[in-house]
Amino acid sequence: MKAIYSLFLVFALVLVALLGAGACGWHYLFGVIVPYAAVALFVVGFILKVIDWGRSPVPFRIPTTCGQEASLPWIKANKVDNPTTLWGVIVRMFFEVVLFRSLFRNTKMELKDGPKLTYASSKWLWLFALIFHYSFLVIFVRHMRFFTEPVPFVFQWLDTLDSLLQVGVPTLFLTDVAIVAAATYLFVRRIVVPQMRYISQAADYFPLFLILGIAISGIMMRYFVKTDIVNVKVLTMGLVTFNPQVPPEVGTIFYVHLFLVSVLLAYFPFSKLTHMGGVFMSPTRNLANNTRRVHHENPWNYPVKVHTYEAYEDEFREKMVEAGLPVEKPLEEQPAENKE
Amino acid sequence: MATTPKPEALVRSIDHKPPRTDWMDVPLEIKPGRYCYSANPENLEYVGFPFARKFDPLDEDWQLPENWQEIFLQGMRERLDRFRTFKIFMDICVRCGACADKCHYFIGSGDPKNMPVLRAELLRSIYRGEFTKSGKILGRFAGARKLTAATLKELWYYLFQCSECRRCSVFCPYGIDTAEVTIMGRELINLLGLNIDWIQAPVANCYRTGNHLGIQPHAFKEMLEFFCDDIEEITGIKPEPSFNKKGADILFITPSGDVFADPGTYTCMGYLMLFHYLKEEYGLEVTWSTYASEGGNFGFFTSHEMMKRLNSKMYAEAKRLGVKWILGGECGHMWRVIHQYMDTMNGPADFLEEPVNPITGTKFENAASTKMVHLCEFTADLIKHGKLPLDKSRNENKIFTFHDSCNPSRGMGLLEEPRYIINHTANNFYEMPEGTVREQTFCCGGGAGLNAGENEELRMMGGFPRANAVKHVHEKNKVNMLGCICAIDRAVLPNLMGYWVPEVDVTGIHEMVGNALILPGEQERETDLRMEPLPGKEEE
Repeated sequence: MKAIYSLFLVFALVLVALLGAGACGWHYLFGVIVPYAAVALFVVGFILKVIDWGRSPVPFRIPTTCGQEASLPWIKANKVDNPTTLWGVIVRMFFEVVLFRSLFRNTKMELKDGPKLTYASSKWLWLFALIFHYSFLVIFVRHMRFFTEPVPFVFQWLDTLDSLLQVGVPTLFLTDVAIVAAATYLFVRRIVVPQMRYISQAADYFPLFLILGIAISGIMMRYFVKTDIVNVKVLTMGLVTFNPQVPPEVGTIFYVHLFLVSVLLAYFPFSKLTHMGGVFMSPTRNLANNTRRVHHENPWNYPVKVHTYEAYEDEFREKMVEAGLPVEKPLEEQPAENKE
Repeated sequence: MATTPKPEALVRSIDHKPPRTDWMDVPLEIKPGRYCYSANPENLEYVGFPFARKFDPLDEDWQLPENWQEIFLQGMRERLDRFRTFKIFMDICVRCGACADKCHYFIGSGDPKNMPVLRAELLRSIYRGEFTKSGKILGRFAGARKLTAATLKELWYYLFQCSECRRCSVFCPYGIDTAEVTIMGRELINLLGLNIDWIQAPVANCYRTGNHLGIQPHAFKEMLEFFCDDIEEITGIKPEPSFNKKGADILFITPSGDVFADPGTYTCMGYLMLFHYLKEEYGLEVTWSTYASEGGNFGFFTSHEMMKRLNSKMYAEAKRLGVKWILGGECGHMWRVIHQYMDTMNGPADFLEEPVNPITGTKFENAASTKMVHLCEFTADLIKHGKLPLDKSRNENKIFTFHDSCNPSRGMGLLEEPRYIINHTANNFYEMPEGTVREQTFCCGGGAGLNAGENEELRMMGGFPRANAVKHVHEKNKVNMLGCICAIDRAVLPNLMGYWVPEVDVTGIHEMVGNALILPGEQERETDLRMEPLPGKEEE
């Protein structure tokens, strides 16, 4: 049900764009105002989110350690998964952010007859997550050709690389296929795997459908529905130079694509998509495991009520003396009624 | 108290397939055998915790304070402002499901709300519903719920089905640590007087007597002396430990469980023998404290503040006695607290010296600030430098495997030291399969204060993955002894083994040291520390 609601919501968004930019011809609204508002929401919202996280301190250094710590000199430490130094942390974070290190560890538990529990390596989620995110990144960077003039070499080169297969006219982008496949996989596992289905929220399906919608509308524009690419670039360059223009003859499909992207941007800071920033700030990963080695300060550390040795001895002095335990104050100095 | 089903029946009851109903619509069913009794009011009052009262979780009315929602939400706001972890972990989970089948309680119970992601969602949904705009506007569409008596009870039930083992955190692509979420959740329910007695009684005891078990100073001394008598019977040598001794070199602190119950007591005898040896041979004076007579810290399972209050005794006592540094015994969550919290909470301990092993000259640079060394680090260093005469043959009749405790593995990284000691005190050692040891180790099923009697079924479920891996090496390599470096393990695992793999017994690593260690002038030993015949001494 949550998946269907989310799907309908994305359809509704498409419909809004079709009616607004298509039927009603509100090109300025959908071509300029909405994108500007979305980018503003994204930038401001995301910055505020990160600032908000940053405002809460990290009172304790609590990395999750995944290997031998640096202890005795003759014991080989795992410098990356259990880092002691800043460099170790940087390498650990690099693996985490760039290669999804933790997801790479994933296993699949099975309960077999016997009873026997097994934990087989399971890399599918890792693989498709990686494909999904990298396709997204490449597509994002490829789109920079719409926002630069002249187009820097690196973006042109990326275009060439992405169309390496040389299939079709215009040539097929590998990442277009990859992102649709990966997003489909991520969706299907949520529906097919009972546990995934149970934990999935509308907030999980919606961004997937939205991104699929963006990808599909983009693919349609490139391969199926004629879109005047020159006019599109006039519009995008206008946006990026703060000299907005709405050229005629840009197909409605472009406005659908742009509107969905705008929604994604606006939705981003208020959703789980903030994991993009959060992954860098997660204290179980981005701290060195050196709390015994180096003092870590808790900014809000406050004095607490403790049970002092004196109070303890006052309560048990008699028994302590009788048992031959040393005491600070000899027994006779202690009035019998002075007990805590 | 509920009767725990037989192992076969328990396995049959595990169904990892969740219901088709949306989890928010599945009503809570508090099952006997899976929850713990509420805290005795006096144990809450003793440490000044609010709303002390007895309540029965099965009752409709938990006698919550009138403004409980306000208290809970205010508490949540404060913690969001104090802990970046909490804030980030409430925001960024994408529900990828990587953690789902990593939790021992989920594996053993099949209860879908024991999937770490969903257990955290119980609190996260309240966070969204009460603290985020999107949650307030979109409600369930944004995965948001309001804080109600029903959502509170559900949260409570599952907060005490998490042992804060952090295994899920190893697999999470963002390092979301369910332990941290559980810690926050337990702090919040604690504001409403909803703690369990298995946690609160040790806390109150520890505050008063210095240890969880409430052992008073004279009794503490007597119990250790009783072990010394046993050691004398076995070896002909009687260790003479010192207590509360000013000017000793080292203060030794271990969980009081080691003093109290088998098989921890044998581990404790190992400590005593080691220290006796070091005193005789090298003049090293190690003292025990009756005031700081607890290594563990059940305060950690109530609130950060209570953890600090209990932990303060370690430094206070080290300062009073004027020792050089502190040595800590075999314990799991104790070492999470010492390794990742103590120095920050109660340090810097500038009245202590940077720990150096006076016998080997080794500087424990990894403990330079906290000034507390793990006994396994210490012993491994001694063995490496050839300072301990060890007779491995005395452990020859046992076939060992090693259970990494959650906290030293995932909150520290103490993996090789205990293995090094095992390999130098015994010949027969086999690892459990990959995916069940080191940072992927499984909980014993009773961590984080869940080792009560009334929740035995839960413990047998939660311990199933561990026991199943032990069973594997028992069948494959004839393993009959499970080594561990945690007092809770030593309390929980014998029961767990008895249930799943009855042929396997449990030992601390320093029991192995005690058996292998050759004391100067000792008689020929006939038995091990358990008074069972040594190899070759059976029925002579």
